[in-house]
Amino acid sequence: MTAPAKSAKKLKVATASLAGCFGCHMSLLDIDERLFDLLELVELDRSPLTDLKHCGPCDLGLLEGGLCNAENVHVLREFRRQCKTLVAVGACAITGGLPAQRNSLDVRECLQTVYLTGPSTTHARIPNDPELPLPLDRVHPLHDVVRIDYFLPGCPPSADAFWELITALIAGRTPALGHDRLRYD
Amino acid sequence: MTLSTSALGGLLQRHQNDPSRLVQILREVQDANGVISPRDVTELAQALGLPRARVEGVAGFYSFLSTVPRGQYRVLFSDNITDQLQGSHALRDSLCHAFEVHLDELSRDGLVSIGATSCTGLGDQGPALLVNGRAIGRLDPGRIGVIAALIRGRTPLDRWPKELFAVTDTIHRADLLLASRLEPGEAIDAAIVRGAQGTIEEVKQSRLRGRGGAGFSTATKWEACRVTPGPERFVVCNADEGEPGTFKDRVLLRQFADLVVEGMTVCAWAVGAQKGFIYLRGEYLFLLDHLEAVLQRRREAGLLGHHLRDQETFDFDVEVHLGAGAYVCGEESALIESLEGKRGIPRNRPPYPVTHGYKQKPTVVNNVETLAAAALIARHGAAWFTAKGTATSAGTKIHSVSGDVARPGLYELPWGTTIAELLELAGAKNTQAVQVGGPSGVCLASDGFKRRFGFEDVPTAGAFMVFDSSRAMVEVAENFARFFAHESCGFCTPCRVGTTLMHRALQRIVAGHGTKRDLKELKYVAQLLKVASHCGLGTTAGNPVLDTLERFRPSYQRRIRSFDVLPSFDLDQALAPAREITGRDDPEAHFEEDAP
Repeated sequence: MTAPAKSAKKLKVATASLAGCFGCHMSLLDIDERLFDLLELVELDRSPLTDLKHCGPCDLGLLEGGLCNAENVHVLREFRRQCKTLVAVGACAITGGLPAQRNSLDVRECLQTVYLTGPSTTHARIPNDPELPLPLDRVHPLHDVVRIDYFLPGCPPSADAFWELITALIAGRTPALGHDRLRYD
Repeated sequence: MTLSTSALGGLLQRHQNDPSRLVQILREVQDANGVISPRDVTELAQALGLPRARVEGVAGFYSFLSTVPRGQYRVLFSDNITDQLQGSHALRDSLCHAFEVHLDELSRDGLVSIGATSCTGLGDQGPALLVNGRAIGRLDPGRIGVIAALIRGRTPLDRWPKELFAVTDTIHRADLLLASRLEPGEAIDAAIVRGAQGTIEEVKQSRLRGRGGAGFSTATKWEACRVTPGPERFVVCNADEGEPGTFKDRVLLRQFADLVVEGMTVCAWAVGAQKGFIYLRGEYLFLLDHLEAVLQRRREAGLLGHHLRDQETFDFDVEVHLGAGAYVCGEESALIESLEGKRGIPRNRPPYPVTHGYKQKPTVVNNVETLAAAALIARHGAAWFTAKGTATSAGTKIHSVSGDVARPGLYELPWGTTIAELLELAGAKNTQAVQVGGPSGVCLASDGFKRRFGFEDVPTAGAFMVFDSSRAMVEVAENFARFFAHESCGFCTPCRVGTTLMHRALQRIVAGHGTKRDLKELKYVAQLLKVASHCGLGTTAGNPVLDTLERFRPSYQRRIRSFDVLPSFDLDQALAPAREITGRDDPEAHFEEDAP
């Protein structure tokens, strides 16, 4: 697969992992030598790769992970405000994924078990520092809170799926994943 | 709690360790014990020679079976829209409050659990509930108080006032079927005189079509079963009257049980069947004793059993199978699966039940009303029947009328009657909409009231729910979407996922969190379901959404706040449990209301 022709202006791209495992980011890096092509075409804004803490106006936002706490919601909303096109990347962003397994439990009981009654707790108390984001009562997918423009499925989506998404968006066509790119493990 | 091994053994013996009777066996375990425990599942699997997963799969499929303990008194409120509009949710909440339990939660003392179930078939005398499977209608705060006191006093159900369980049958308009007076045996004798082929011919002449909704030619079905070679054939009476808003079969089975069984016997004679089943929905448990008594009486009168009416080749008997709370079992191939002791998942068709039905043998499955009509046609002839109705829809149809009308109940009318005429008869005022044929049918606004009942115009399985101008049709759609999401059998993805997507979108809209995007999404999903689902449940599940979106769009638009996506839940409220356990109330522990 070849990269689209260079355009005069580089696309601004931001990425973040919310309640995710960074596996989707790792898969993005799996585009390997195409990273060089990519960096000719895009400029990274907020991303774990740049360590920028906030996001400026961007063309494209890629978010992995679902929403499990207040901070995730704040980051999501910042991305929605700043990104023209916002993509939910991977199973957790699309469905809540593995973290949503806690949805059958009461979040109060989770915190009690982890911090008060669990077998390895010492100095038992539930952290209450205002700097810590509070967990939501349930884990939600991103589209429960903001409009999402595209969903990139997979756990993680393959490197080729990322490449198709990004190159299609740069070229101005609607991304399309064939059956061979839809995979869930 | 687990059933003792000896009790289980006795129960299994009564069912001859027959795995095809699994649904009946599980029902009895559930009744005896209030739960189907893991040990019961293991022991049943061993005794019946089934994989454990198969037994657990069946136990998990049906609403009235439970693998987790429920209350000693399990109260299930009927959740049809007609119940809801009569205030069932407030009554349900008040009972929950009385016992300090949440919905679907077991009280600490194990005494009571309160939940919801799909329409219980008491639309003319709602709101209704089931307590341990027994139906109570005409609920009001007073009756809820009585029920709460009886439960608190741990009064056994048999000692509850009989009046509570009274179910009345109101027939406002009787015609061919409901005005009939047939002596038991008359139709059978007439059929014997005509001969099997002659009987089918007479039914063909009558142009009788199935009354369950699909309207398939009854004679064609019988003929197809008759000509399929094989030593055994079956007749099944589909009394799984699950379409919300329908209750005609309830009345037919109570007032005209002989006529229905007579119709089954005529069918058996015509197609050469030896065995019949009445698949009775679990909600109609209160009809079971009556039906058994009718069958016994007919056996004693020589109308069931060996060599009926001295015909050497005519052996026929009927058995009642109880359902266990699954709407999808009204679909004939799912019904057969259930009869065979499996999960009620519709089969791939073709082959159809007429060639590969119960135990892969030729089987006729007919609706209760169809069989009653067939008996009368056998007795009175085709011309008597075709004198009523229209060219494509012969005879009459029984309508179950409920909702915003002065006179709910049954109305038997010739096909070709207009919707406006029925509204008039039932005393409907300021009618905004009627749902004809139940949620899977069609929702009509006033411009459709001049249309006529008939397979050529407005077909119906018999439900007729009326909504006056005070009702929000978006709430009606939400109720129906909840129904389909609950009743989807889960086999095919479009239906399993799609019905839930539709319900969630409607919940959001009703709660005021909806957006225009949700409307678009609803329409898309509803259309997808229509083309991609495995069976009729999925293909019709989008109907109430599409109909109300088309005809009552302002009802949706009034609840919509924004074009763009809004949070589908209350964000600040989602932090409340964490605030409570951490004791935090700082600004970071809250969401600002107006954030984008």
